[in-house]
Amino acid sequence: MLRYIFRRLGFLLLTLLFTSIIIFVVTQLLPGDVARVILGREAGEAALQALRQKLGLNDPWPVQYFHWLGNFITGDWGDSFSTRSAIFPMVMGRLRNSLMLGAVILIISVPIAVALGVIAGLNENKFSDNLISITSLSVVGLPEFVTGLVLIQIFAFKLKWLPANSSIRPETTFADALPSLILPALTATLVLLAYIARLTRAGVVEELKQQYVRTADLKGLPYQVVVIKHVLRNALLPTITVIAISCGWLISGLIVIENVFNYPGLGRLIVFAIDRRDLPMLQAVVMLTVFGYAVANLLADLLYATINPKIRLG
Amino acid sequence: MLPEVISPAPIVKIKSLTVAYRYGNAWLDAVRDVSLQIEPGQTYGLVGESGSGKTTLAMAMMRYLGENGKVREGQVEFDGRNLLSLSQNEMRQIWGASMSLVPQNPLSSLNPTIRIGEQLAEILRHHQGLHRAQAQARSLELLQSVRLPDPQRVAESYPHQISGGMQQRVLIAMALSTSPRLLVLDEPTTSLDVTTQASILDLFRDLIKSHQAAVLYVTHNLGVVAQICDRVAVLYAGELVEDAPLADLFSRPLHPYTLGLLNSVPRVGLNKNQAQLQSIPGQIPALGMRPAGCVFEPRCQFAIEICRSRPPLFTPTTQHHVRCYRWEEIDRGELSSKVDLKEEFLIQRPTITLDIKEQIPTASTIEKPSRETGRGETPTLSINHLTIHYDVRRSLAEFITRQPVAKVKAVEDVNLTIQGGKTVGLVGESGSGKTSLARAVVGLTERTGGDIGLLGLALPSKLSKRNKDTLRHLQMVFQNPEEALNPYLTVGASLRRPLIVLLGYSPSKADAEAKKLLAAVRLPIDYVERMPWQLSGGEKQRVAIARAFASHPDLLIADEPVSSLDVSVQASILNLLNQLQAEYGSALLFISHDLAVVSYLSDEIAVIYLGHLMEVARADDLFEPPYHPYTEALLSAIPLVQPEAMQTIIRLEGDVPSPMEVPTGCPFHTRCPCCLGDICVQHTPPWRIDERTGKKSFCHIPLDELSQLQKRILPAIE
Repeated sequence: MLRYIFRRLGFLLLTLLFTSIIIFVVTQLLPGDVARVILGREAGEAALQALRQKLGLNDPWPVQYFHWLGNFITGDWGDSFSTRSAIFPMVMGRLRNSLMLGAVILIISVPIAVALGVIAGLNENKFSDNLISITSLSVVGLPEFVTGLVLIQIFAFKLKWLPANSSIRPETTFADALPSLILPALTATLVLLAYIARLTRAGVVEELKQQYVRTADLKGLPYQVVVIKHVLRNALLPTITVIAISCGWLISGLIVIENVFNYPGLGRLIVFAIDRRDLPMLQAVVMLTVFGYAVANLLADLLYATINPKIRLG
Repeated sequence: MLPEVISPAPIVKIKSLTVAYRYGNAWLDAVRDVSLQIEPGQTYGLVGESGSGKTTLAMAMMRYLGENGKVREGQVEFDGRNLLSLSQNEMRQIWGASMSLVPQNPLSSLNPTIRIGEQLAEILRHHQGLHRAQAQARSLELLQSVRLPDPQRVAESYPHQISGGMQQRVLIAMALSTSPRLLVLDEPTTSLDVTTQASILDLFRDLIKSHQAAVLYVTHNLGVVAQICDRVAVLYAGELVEDAPLADLFSRPLHPYTLGLLNSVPRVGLNKNQAQLQSIPGQIPALGMRPAGCVFEPRCQFAIEICRSRPPLFTPTTQHHVRCYRWEEIDRGELSSKVDLKEEFLIQRPTITLDIKEQIPTASTIEKPSRETGRGETPTLSINHLTIHYDVRRSLAEFITRQPVAKVKAVEDVNLTIQGGKTVGLVGESGSGKTSLARAVVGLTERTGGDIGLLGLALPSKLSKRNKDTLRHLQMVFQNPEEALNPYLTVGASLRRPLIVLLGYSPSKADAEAKKLLAAVRLPIDYVERMPWQLSGGEKQRVAIARAFASHPDLLIADEPVSSLDVSVQASILNLLNQLQAEYGSALLFISHDLAVVSYLSDEIAVIYLGHLMEVARADDLFEPPYHPYTEALLSAIPLVQPEAMQTIIRLEGDVPSPMEVPTGCPFHTRCPCCLGDICVQHTPPWRIDERTGKKSFCHIPLDELSQLQKRILPAIE
């Protein structure tokens, strides 16, 4: 098992390294002169040359790459082209926000979706199953900006229970931010619901067909014990891994939701950086995103290996 | 006045049970009007082929039919209680406590994510109210009672970490943990090797006796029934056709189906030259296609007009029931199973056909069929020093640290020849390498060492490097007929392909030839237009055989061709193979795990274990001492289809080792009852040749020593 962990960590590092090379090469290939962008259009040739020298832009690419990589690892992510302020603290702030939102989404969506999936699976093709399946499928088709706006209409404007705008400040604590997080979390839940519930349902239906369920039944064990202790343990394996992988999406993929609710997360930061051609910012956020996905994947694999004795013990 | 003898009430009373399954909107009967009784302490065998309804009957009795099954009529009484009136919750009090099941497939019947010890302990906690520590201790005791070595380790393991034989023992322990009054065994040894099966059957006998449980043993294997059961019921297409005490059923079968079944089972030691297997023409009717009259009538050679109406259950004796109008004639011997047998299912044989019940002359006095060729000619197939090793994939870490690649040693230094027109049988259990060998000869698997020659020409290792001429002369029939035919081609197209590709026939000539081939395998000519999914398993296998013989191969390799077929169908396929081989003059390499089937067809038999040949002998000689110790154990393990036959009992310890860890020296030494010690562990055995019979044995013990130690294992076939 330990060997398995080390091997996966090794792959993680390799992935990140490979990604960093790709990001670096892509940004190098983009047209445009970095020095000019920084100094502006009126800058003279001498000033440009001096800056290029200073930034190390005349060095061969491998040198520039390692220079950049070294800086990145030590946390020196440079300054943003558009805001002229340090990138690192800004990105970290956004990361915190995204993590908060992600956590709330998980807390709300996972229990509901799994419960619905289990109920649907246990009652295959009966009324409750059809109801759950149809409802979740019809909801997942709706774009997030539609559901988000509808939720705002209902809960913010009509009922006035929750704020319509979720633009929290960097200083806001988690507890205070909570009311602002609920509506965006609900919107994301509606997306995840169908996904997780259907996967859980499929897992339950599949496991119920297995012969060990017959063995458990014919041991005379009560129905609840058979379902919870025997069936769910196996049925939820794929669901758990998928949820872990979704975490990657939850961190930097919520662009539309963040936009609808004006939430200062990483998704909006990416759009911001692209809009302004802010390359250092973009590099930083992309690296972080890839890191997030890779770590989520790693956690999913490790979780699966821990739960599934066939992989854990070989 | 004599006191009334009060016999104990039966544990199970099934009366006129009819069970149906839902297909679309209709409910089709799978079991029709079956009645039987199981007495306390009695082992009751339920015998039938696939589609007979035996599992359905057992599950209906246990009230464990799925959503799409229901009991339409009848009663089931267990220990005096009417089971059909109980709810699922009430049944849960009976399940695991007074009624238990040992299922067929041990690995899939165990929860893969819960430890074995816990899966045992939960039964005890639930039914016997033991608390954690008590349940744990008792679990260990139970694991010991089923003769598992190192119960502590097994209790802490997960199901996939122990072997199939051990998994089945765990399931037996679970079923017997609460000393149930009724034990239902649903084909419990079908998925196990024959040597493993033998020790499990021994275990059953002992445990059943000590627990005094009543047992319902569901199986298709007549040999197992003969060794274990007290009473047997024969099911065919959902109906009970015969029900009798064990000895009566085997010595005095009264139903044509029972007769047919007993005559179609290959017996170990019975060769095609001594007697021939009877097959039952046709196939079991599908659900919903069953005749309203006698359900066996369409296939019955003794059917007469009255059989169109359903026969009642006659009682020749109070113990023996049979559902056939003509049972008296059968009893008196007026209806012989040879008479009126449709011509097309008989094989024209150059030698005299002998009735199995008559005295069998010894092998040496039988005239061998004329197709035997002299030993001096070039052998059709010569395999020399064949070795096949598969590499196990290494992880990145192992690659970097340059650890040697682990190998699966599937086949090791095998030498085998097959003369023209002869049949060589290759017998082995799982992991023996027999399929790898077959695939290497055909070219589907690359060999690691050695060479293979077809009629003197060296065969390249890879199939892609062989020319069409070679392919023409070397054909194969595979195990699973479901997968062997292209589902998108009609039967005719499948048959025409080798004719056009390998023989260069024109389409019209190929078409004519394809029809001839269908006739040769006794299938109607209009099958050329049919698609594979419209054919039964046996019919598909016939088409596969026809396709294999289409190019008139010099060598045909058959890899377990009948293993997935029902017993009654097996016989006809074996006879067909035999006949076509004689007609076309092909040599045949017949591979199987079933020694009875192999002994029927083969002229010579090779026994393979963990990639090494252990013994090669003429078919008749293999069954006489001196035996190689492994052959002796194999012969002793096979359950004979003769209830009173006494076999010498030799049991092997443990299960077959994995081919990844082949033991050093003689690979059999870890389980060999005659192991001499260090010499067997460290040194590869020599080949010892018996001068009189030409038998070759891979053993350190000289043959004459073995003859002194061993007695003939198989009784004479009566």
